[in-house]
Amino acid sequence: MSDVSLVVNGKAVRGTVEDRTLLVQFLRENLGLTGTHVGCDTSQCGACVVHVDGKAVKSCTMLAAQASGSTVVTIEGLAEGSELHPVQAAFRDNHGLQCGFCTPGMIMAAVDMIGRHPAGLDEPTVRAELEGNICRCTGYHNIVKAILAASQTMAAGGGAASRAA
Amino acid sequence: MGMEGVGARVTRKEDKRFITGLGRFVDDMVVPGMKHAVFVRSPHAHAGITSVDVTRAETMPGVIGVLTGRQLKADGIGNLICGWMIHSKDGTPMKMGAWSPLAVDRVRYVGDAVAVVVADTRAQARDAAEAVDIAYEEKDAVTSAVRALEPGAPQLHPEAENNLIFDWSLGDLAATDAAIARAAHVTRMHIVNNRLVPNAMEPRAALGHYNRAEDHTTCWTTSQNPHVARLVMSAFYNVAPENKLRVIAPDVGGGFGSKIFIYPEEVVCCWASKKTNVPVKWVADRTESFLTDAHGRDHVSEVEMAFDADNRIIGLKVDTIANFGAYMSLFSSSVPTYLYATLLSGQYDIPAIHANVRAVYTNTAPVDAYRGAGRPEATYLLERTMETAARELGVSPAELRRKNFITEFPHQTPVIMNYDAGDYAVSLDAAMNAADYQGFAARKAEAAARGKLRGIGMSSYIEACGIAPSAAVGSLGAGVGLWESAEVRVNAVGTIEVLTGSHSHGQGHETTFAQLVTQRLGVPLDSVSIVHGDTDKVQMGMGTYGSRSGAVGMSAISKALDKVEAKARKIAAHLMEADEGDIVIEDGALKVAGTDKSVPWFQLALAAYTAHNLPAGMEPGLKETAFYDPSNFTFPAGCYICEVEIDPDTGHTAIVQFVAADDFGNIINPMIVEGQVHGGIAQGVGQALLEGCHYDPASGQLLTASYMDYTMPRAGDVPSFQISTSNTPCPGNPLGMKGCGEAGAIGSPPAVINAITDAIGSNDLSMPATSERVWAALKAATRH
Repeated sequence: MSDVSLVVNGKAVRGTVEDRTLLVQFLRENLGLTGTHVGCDTSQCGACVVHVDGKAVKSCTMLAAQASGSTVVTIEGLAEGSELHPVQAAFRDNHGLQCGFCTPGMIMAAVDMIGRHPAGLDEPTVRAELEGNICRCTGYHNIVKAILAASQTMAAGGGAASRAA
Repeated sequence: MGMEGVGARVTRKEDKRFITGLGRFVDDMVVPGMKHAVFVRSPHAHAGITSVDVTRAETMPGVIGVLTGRQLKADGIGNLICGWMIHSKDGTPMKMGAWSPLAVDRVRYVGDAVAVVVADTRAQARDAAEAVDIAYEEKDAVTSAVRALEPGAPQLHPEAENNLIFDWSLGDLAATDAAIARAAHVTRMHIVNNRLVPNAMEPRAALGHYNRAEDHTTCWTTSQNPHVARLVMSAFYNVAPENKLRVIAPDVGGGFGSKIFIYPEEVVCCWASKKTNVPVKWVADRTESFLTDAHGRDHVSEVEMAFDADNRIIGLKVDTIANFGAYMSLFSSSVPTYLYATLLSGQYDIPAIHANVRAVYTNTAPVDAYRGAGRPEATYLLERTMETAARELGVSPAELRRKNFITEFPHQTPVIMNYDAGDYAVSLDAAMNAADYQGFAARKAEAAARGKLRGIGMSSYIEACGIAPSAAVGSLGAGVGLWESAEVRVNAVGTIEVLTGSHSHGQGHETTFAQLVTQRLGVPLDSVSIVHGDTDKVQMGMGTYGSRSGAVGMSAISKALDKVEAKARKIAAHLMEADEGDIVIEDGALKVAGTDKSVPWFQLALAAYTAHNLPAGMEPGLKETAFYDPSNFTFPAGCYICEVEIDPDTGHTAIVQFVAADDFGNIINPMIVEGQVHGGIAQGVGQALLEGCHYDPASGQLLTASYMDYTMPRAGDVPSFQISTSNTPCPGNPLGMKGCGEAGAIGSPPAVINAITDAIGSNDLSMPATSERVWAALKAATRH
C-alpha cells in the first residue's frame, strides 16, 4: 500500500491506496471526481487528461503514488465558481461536444495546448496537437473551432484567461 | 420565438454538466455496498468447455462469488435472442442458434463470456478471474462468412446447417435477369464492405441492484433504448417481471448502434446481484469492448448494374453474403435485409432490382446495426458501381447520376420503399458548386506539378429513417412496434416536463425537444425540461436509433402538445369568456385574437390545477400523453463530394476538401444538425481510410483489439467540412422532419473511395484505403 498526498483542485487530499492504483482511479474512486473518464486501456484516447503540476497528463498513465506531492487540476476544478473557463465556454458556444464523454479530457488538453502556444494557434497545429485525444461524435470540426476561438479569447485577455493554463 | 424556437441555433442545455465534469455515466454511479464484476472470457474462437473449476478463484482476496453458465441456466435465465424474424426464400424461418449469457458447454468467439467474478474491488475481481480454471477442447474456427459457407467449414450451431442463418431475397429475379440480358452495358463489381467496431468513447457498463426487501431490480446500463432493454430482459431473459425491473440509461457516452442491443453483461449483473445479494457493477475495458461490442458491416457482394444504350439503368442484381458473427444479436437480421436491400434503388429510377442475401455464422463477435445499419452498405455498393459505370461508359459521373435520378414523387421502388419527397438534383448542384467541381481539372494539374495525385469523387445517397410504421415492420418480421411515446406535463406554475421514450446520448434532445415546446407554447427554453432514460419515469418508449428521435420522437411530443393546447384553449376561453376558436397561443400567453385580452401561460396552468374555475365537467390538471406511429419511413438524401491528394511515394491520402449537401427536411437546430453530419462524415472517412476489424483467419484471434491496432480517425485525419442543407419537407410526419444522424456515415465512404480511385487510375481498391493499399494499387496500375 502507498500513502499519497496531493493537492487536487486547490484542496489538500491524502489517502492510502494499493500500489497499482492509477491516478485516474484515485481521482474517480477515492475522491469521487468522476468528470475524468477512462475510455481505453492503452493511453490512446485522452478521456482521462488532467493537469499535474501545470502539465496535461493522461491520468491512466500515472500511478497515484507517482502523483503524490503534486498539484492536480481536473475538469471539476477548471471553472471558477459559476464562471466557466474560456475553453469550457468555447466548447459550449461552438458545439464542440455531443455525448460529452471525451469532453473533459479534450478541454484539459486544449487548455494545456493554448498555454503552450502563447503566440496563438492555427487549424493544422490544433489538429496535430489533438493527436492524443479521440472523439467519436463530433468529427473534430467543432472541437477545432472551439479551441481556436478559446485561444483568441484568451489571447485577448478574455474570461479568466491567465489562470489554470 | 426566433431566438429559442424551431430553427434557432440554440447552444445546448445539456452542455453545462459535461464541460464541468458533472455528467453522470454508468461508471460514475455508486450504490451503497456496490461490488465489482469481471467476466471470464474465452481465449479461443471455437472450443468445447470440458470443465469450469472455480474453487481456487473463490478463495482469492475480496471475492464474493464466482458464477457460471450452469448456475445461470439452473436459475432459468433465458438465451439471448434476435427480435426480427426473417424467412428464407424457401419459406423456412431463420436458423437461430442458442446464445447463453454465460456459455455452458461451448464457446464460439474470442471474448464469449464463460463465468463472472464478483469481488470487493475491480482489481480483486480481475485477479480472481485469472484463477478460474477452464478446460477447453479447441475446435477449428472460421472467421470469413464466405469461407463459412464452403463445404467442410467448421460448424457453429446445430440449428444452422452449413452456418447458413437464412438465404433471403427481395425483388423480381426474372425481370432483373431479363434486363441484364438485353442491356447495352453491364457494370460488374465485387464489393467488400469492411468490418468495423463502433467504438463509442464510453465503454459499455452495467450496474445491477437487486433489492431483496422489495424483490425489485434496478439496472443502470449504457443503453440507447432502456425500455426495450426492460421489455426484452423481462419477457425473454427472465431477469424479473417488468413491474419488478427498472432500467436506467443515464448519460450515455455515444452509441452509434452498439448500445441498442441487450448484451450478456447487463443480464448477468442483474442476476449476479440477486445471487450474491450485493449491487454488482461491470465496466468494459477497451479491449473487452473491441471483443464483445456488436460489430458493424462485413458484407461481401457481387453486383451487376445494367444500362440501356441511352445510359439509363434498367436493372440491378446484387448477391450479398453477410457475416453475423457467432450469435444473432438483437436486430442483426434486419440490417442486411430490410434496412439494406430496400435502399438498393438509391436515388435512381431502376425498373428491376433483385437482391439475394445469405446470413452466415462465423467465429467472430456478433454483428448488428452500426451507424447507418444496412444503408451504408447499400450506398457504398450503388455509388461505387455508379462511379465505375460512368468511367466505363466514358460519361461524367455527375451526369450519369442526374440522368437516372427519380424526379417525381411519391415514387414506388421495386424494393418496397415508397419515396415521399426529394429533389436530388438540388443536392447534386449544391455539392458541385460548393466543391468548385468545374475547377477540379486546374487543381489536378497544379497538384501534378507538385508531384501529387489529385482525385475527386461523389456519392448521391438516400437512406430511410424514422423507422417506422409498426404494422409495416410487423409484417416484415419485427418483434416490436416502432412508434414513440411522449408525455407533456405542465406544472402548476407553468414550467414543463416532457417525458420521452427517445434516449439522448449526444444528439442534444434536451435542447431540440425543448425548442419545439418553446416554439409551440411561447414559454422560455429554460422552463422546459426533457426527461428520458428511466423506465420508472417514462412509461414506455422505443429508443434512439435509425435517426428516429426527430421524425418519430418529436412527432409524439407534437401530438401531446396538440392535446395540451386544446385543453389550455378551452380553459382560456372559459376564463376570458371568449370563443375557443378565437384563442391564440403566443409569447407565453393565451390571447383572444383581435382583442387585448390575455392570460399568461403560468396563470393558465395555475387555473388548471387550482380548478376553482374550470369549464363544467373538465378534469383538473394539464398533462397529456401521446403515442405516435409514423405513416412511412422518411427519406433523407444528399450528395457528398470528396477531393483527395495522394502522395505517390507513400500512398498517403490527404482529404483536401469534403462537401456535403443534405436534404433533411425541416430542421429544429442547424447547429446540432451540422454536428451530426460532421460526426457521421468522420466515421465514414474512418471506414474508407483507416478502420478495419481483423481476425486472424487461422486462430480466430481479434488482431485489432485496442487503439494501438484499430485506427480511429483523429483530428489530423479529417479536414473541416463544408456542409449545407436543402429542404423538401417530409410529408409523412407533422414536423416535416427526415432525420440527420446517420447520413454522414452513409454518404461518405463511396465519395472517398471514388476520389482515390479517380486519383490513382485504378478501381482495384478496398476499404480501408490505407497508405499501403493505395501505394500497392498505384504500383499495380502503373505496371499495366
